[in-house]
Amino acid sequence: MNIFKLSIKNIFNKPLSSLITVALLALGIGIISLLLQLNSLIKDQMENNLRGIDMVVGAKGSPLQLILSSVYHIDSPTGNISLEEAEEISNNKMVGSSIKLLYGDNYKGYRIVGAEKKLIELYKGVIKQGKEWDNPYEVLVGSKVYEKLNIKLGDNLITSHGLRETGQSHSDKSFKVVGLLESSNSVMDQLIITSPESVWNIHSSHDDEEYEDENKEITAMLIKFKSPMNIIRFPRQINENTNLQAAVPSYEISRLFKLFGFGIETLTYLAYLIIIVSGFSLFINLFNSMNDRKYEMALIRTLGASRFQLSRMIIFESLILTIAGFAIGLLFSRFGVMFVSSLMDESINYNLDSIKILNEEYWLLGLSFLIGLISSLIPAIQVYKMNISKILADE
Amino acid sequence: MIKTKEIKFNYDNQVFFKFHDINLESGENLLIIGNSGIGKTTLLHLLSGLLKSNSGSIELFGKELTKLSSFQLDIFRRDNIGIVFQKPHFVNSLTVKENLELAQYIANKKDNKRIENILKNLNIFDKLNKKTNQLSQGEKQRVSIALAIVNSPKLILADEPTSSLDDDNCSNVIKLLKKQATDFGAQLIVITHDSRLKKHFKKSIEL
Repeated sequence: MNIFKLSIKNIFNKPLSSLITVALLALGIGIISLLLQLNSLIKDQMENNLRGIDMVVGAKGSPLQLILSSVYHIDSPTGNISLEEAEEISNNKMVGSSIKLLYGDNYKGYRIVGAEKKLIELYKGVIKQGKEWDNPYEVLVGSKVYEKLNIKLGDNLITSHGLRETGQSHSDKSFKVVGLLESSNSVMDQLIITSPESVWNIHSSHDDEEYEDENKEITAMLIKFKSPMNIIRFPRQINENTNLQAAVPSYEISRLFKLFGFGIETLTYLAYLIIIVSGFSLFINLFNSMNDRKYEMALIRTLGASRFQLSRMIIFESLILTIAGFAIGLLFSRFGVMFVSSLMDESINYNLDSIKILNEEYWLLGLSFLIGLISSLIPAIQVYKMNISKILADE
Repeated sequence: MIKTKEIKFNYDNQVFFKFHDINLESGENLLIIGNSGIGKTTLLHLLSGLLKSNSGSIELFGKELTKLSSFQLDIFRRDNIGIVFQKPHFVNSLTVKENLELAQYIANKKDNKRIENILKNLNIFDKLNKKTNQLSQGEKQRVSIALAIVNSPKLILADEPTSSLDDDNCSNVIKLLKKQATDFGAQLIVITHDSRLKKHFKKSIEL
């Protein structure tokens, strides 16, 4: 037996009031931690996919839509642009490198992207099995796609038109799987990549022998500048002087985060409010128990325990409850992340893994500790100043 | 050796108590008898160091209590005094055994054998793992005696241990207390208004 054990026994002796305090704190901590985790995971994921892309050029429309569709592959493209115009831009001396993208088809909901092979380098893709494509209608498959759909090297994929599963299928033409990609923790994992020619061919009239160059279209082009300075001037030039649209991903994404940042902030304040309420609940519990337990505390003192030992018992009780609340809250947020991740995986083929402890969560641990300390301060002082003789004489 | 001299005590300058001197050789027990309101509990608290007297001297086993700080008094009480209260108090979240272990922990001791011996001696060994609120009134009183003697005190102070008991139980409890004191080598001071106890003590003083 010791003071710490005594505190634990005391907590379990009144499980209901202990439970409500722990539940409230766990809820508050859990909400904040969940928001932090999701925010950090989504930001990481988004930024990870932005590497090497300074600007995206596509058809006029919403710049955010252009970014979401061509960088993150989660929205419909804004439309097509002519290959000729795109090439004019990629030949500009400010452009370091460019990658043309073409959309058109999907296989069971996963997008088939016609792209230059540079796309694989951009995401640091490594071929796990097979090889890159040499001919049209040969595809490389991202790790998530072949894991989910159980695609093997040499399989033939019959694709559907459009970006959703329900499109009309090109039953006469199929893609051959020539390579499987290692997971790169980027959007490439959920893509099926082929040469631009494949997409041009499948959508041209099959009677035409050769598709004329000037009629060729692409969906979007990813651009890296030679110098980061160009990020200010060049997009504006394109938007003002051509009928193309240029969008800067980093700018659009920070705009997106600002948009839902307000909701996150409101929810965070709510969660802090819950944490404060849990602190009050803890304080009231301890304060009430002072009265219920005054005789037993007087007894402990008459047995020779010092004032410090009794105060320590109260502080321990408080801290055990808040640390338990913190731990349960963190657990709750981890389950939350797993749940949201599985939801995202199903609906938009996006998933969030790699859960780590964030710096802010260490702050939350500190906060829980502080709440435990503050809530127990007055009761602990009361116990310290307790007049045992008077309590025992009053019985 | 227990020796008090001209102890005076007052609560908030309103109620004044002046107590008879006590002189007790080692091995002697004492009955202090007096009516309600005469300061019996106050005297017990003074003797156990729960209260500090305004004047006079209290010498217990060679220590002058009036000169000790409240922290030193805690330690002195822990090492030398066991108190049996009028109404038994326990730590309700703990079992009988855990209550006794807590008392030992406070005194930096750990001796399961002694806990067993005491409970066997008091005939409540089978209640070892019971929560204290599951005990009968008589069992509670025995456990509170066990708590008072578990740390081998030199002095057992009992405050009205028999006030609510019938004659048979009254005599049982006082015999039990005296036996425990003798068995474990402690002196016993009982403070009460219960004049039935007079016949059990050779030495008594009236307040």
